[in-house]
Amino acid sequence: MPLSGANSLRNGPDEDGRFGIFGGRYVAETLMPLIRDLEAAYDHAKTDPEFAAEMADLRTHYAGRPSPLYFAERLTAHLGGAKVYLKREELNHTGSHKINNTLGQILLARRMGKTRIIAETGAGQHGVATATVCAKFDLPCVVFMGATDVKRQWPNVLRMKMLGAEVRPVTAGAGTLKDAMNEALRDWVTNVDTTYYLIGTAAGPHPYPAMVRDFQKVIGEEIRAQIMDAEGRLPDALVACVGGGSNAIGTFYDFIDEPSVAIYGAEAGGHGIDVENGHAASMTGGRPGVLHGNRTYLLQDADGQILEGHSISAGLDYPGVGPEHAFLHDMKRVNYVPITDTEAVEAFQLLTAIEGIIPALESAHAMAQVIKLAPTMGKDQVIVMCLSGRGDKDVETVGRMLGMIE
Amino acid sequence: MTTRFADRFAACARENRPALGIFTMAGDPDPATSTAILKALPGAGADFIELGMPFSDPMADGPGVQAAGQRALAAGQTLNRTLAMVAEFRTTDSDTPILLMGYYNPIYIHGVDRFIADALAAGVDGLIIVDLPAEEDDELCVPALKAGLNFIRLATPTTDDRRLPVILKNTSGFVYYVSMTGITGAAIKSHAAVGDAVKRIKSHTELPVAVGFGIKTADDAAIIGRDADGVVVGTAICNAVLGSLVDGKATAGTVAAVTTLVSGLASGVRRARA
Repeated sequence: MPLSGANSLRNGPDEDGRFGIFGGRYVAETLMPLIRDLEAAYDHAKTDPEFAAEMADLRTHYAGRPSPLYFAERLTAHLGGAKVYLKREELNHTGSHKINNTLGQILLARRMGKTRIIAETGAGQHGVATATVCAKFDLPCVVFMGATDVKRQWPNVLRMKMLGAEVRPVTAGAGTLKDAMNEALRDWVTNVDTTYYLIGTAAGPHPYPAMVRDFQKVIGEEIRAQIMDAEGRLPDALVACVGGGSNAIGTFYDFIDEPSVAIYGAEAGGHGIDVENGHAASMTGGRPGVLHGNRTYLLQDADGQILEGHSISAGLDYPGVGPEHAFLHDMKRVNYVPITDTEAVEAFQLLTAIEGIIPALESAHAMAQVIKLAPTMGKDQVIVMCLSGRGDKDVETVGRMLGMIE
Repeated sequence: MTTRFADRFAACARENRPALGIFTMAGDPDPATSTAILKALPGAGADFIELGMPFSDPMADGPGVQAAGQRALAAGQTLNRTLAMVAEFRTTDSDTPILLMGYYNPIYIHGVDRFIADALAAGVDGLIIVDLPAEEDDELCVPALKAGLNFIRLATPTTDDRRLPVILKNTSGFVYYVSMTGITGAAIKSHAAVGDAVKRIKSHTELPVAVGFGIKTADDAAIIGRDADGVVVGTAICNAVLGSLVDGKATAGTVAAVTTLVSGLASGVRRARA
């Protein structure tokens, strides 16, 4: 029986933007009036049939939805347990799930009369998806990207530039996603009159976590219909990778109140959870704190200073996580598990070799969890994994690790 | 409620001049030098002090204050050390108001109740926490006010007449007007607009209004101080510290670099309405 009413785990956020104790609006006063305006604009758009119609049209004809649900037959046989289905978000326009969110937010930015778009990006997938919609809707776009990530994800940097975006490398800190987000917030505070901050993940101040989830929940809704077609039943398990957690919350949301569906979020275990500052698994290895507008699980030291963390995957290399995931972790509804760099690279190789699908290193973390999980389940059981992005951007990183590049 | 802020603003008003607030980052460039700077500020002409609590991710700060925070953290600064600096300061100065300025996470991790008790015991008079807007007053603002610590709110150019009452509701000590939409250390575009904003805020509150962000020189202090009850200088102080360092280390000239700047600013506020 699905959970419902007060027992539902899908009642968040409340009017203060909280999922349990997580979430909120921890931003500078300069941004508060805009945050309230955004909330009002989104509340209005949410119930506006015209907005829904515009989104539906763009999803079908621009993004290419619905994305296929693919039965990975050879992978299933290789793992020798549950049937593995892949939700092919990497086949969306721009190569990841990120386009689901940027289409929604760009429509909102236009409604609010904003004339300039900024975004942060880690792996560059969100940056590319933002640059893409800015090209389509003719809005200037500035993408903040950590200098380390600019180097390790250069194919995406080129794509953003070709799409007309300005990419600003951020050298502060370790030059990764956290630092890019700080710099984007500084830009936003400075240019608040004209600028819309198009946040890429289900985190940040309210209403971003709920809004991004709502734009991504199409993933899970499609999975439900597609798996009913294919198997006539709900899946036994769902798996997605979690950095900030937008593809994961999009995948999970439709199933949160279905107790028969086990849910797994693969966090970036980096060099290992025991290695200090050597991973980015904020729920397994962090504790609640306040950063970037929300209370959530954070990697931090004893004095409340935020750690940089580490992951081979630029998209998961972030010391926090969306507040709804923090809530689902505390409620023990979702099982968040760390996957090491090595496990992710092995999963990347396996999926590439036996299914002919090169996954993003982010998605390879989810695949690594599937590799662990499937053999423990019966052959009559079903796992659906969100393949959130394609791995073209990562072939150089993996090639170097495997000694294929001098 | 501690009364040092009210007393000091009243004293400056009697002299028909704005109060000079000086921001310095606790622990920059090292604990001993930073403590020496703090102790030297009143003698150099600071009327009140904003002591920065360094944070790894200062989202509202420009490069100057960011770098000061990074120097402090690299030198081992912690929230406990910052509180100890205030206690040490109070052994030689019982009149100059001090507020702690920073971001919420280190306080949250320290524990809110424990932080309030420790701050009061150290001799802190107020708090400015950049990422705690009125919407989050239950976190720290309300318990701090209850315990007798001033909670000073930032008002900004985006704080319109509709929102001003929201932010003034739980504000005490003074109102800190941020002169621009931007980060610390940027340039003020229009002095006249700042003056108008100060008058607008003063029509909503009896509290003194101090202006910060973008005030670098004695002339800036004099111009802004015409209308404002106080002016705050921060980035210029951090840059003065930076300019005195050799290989990242404090020199014999570090404290003097700050006090010389502060003396000049103090002369600026004294001619604001002359």
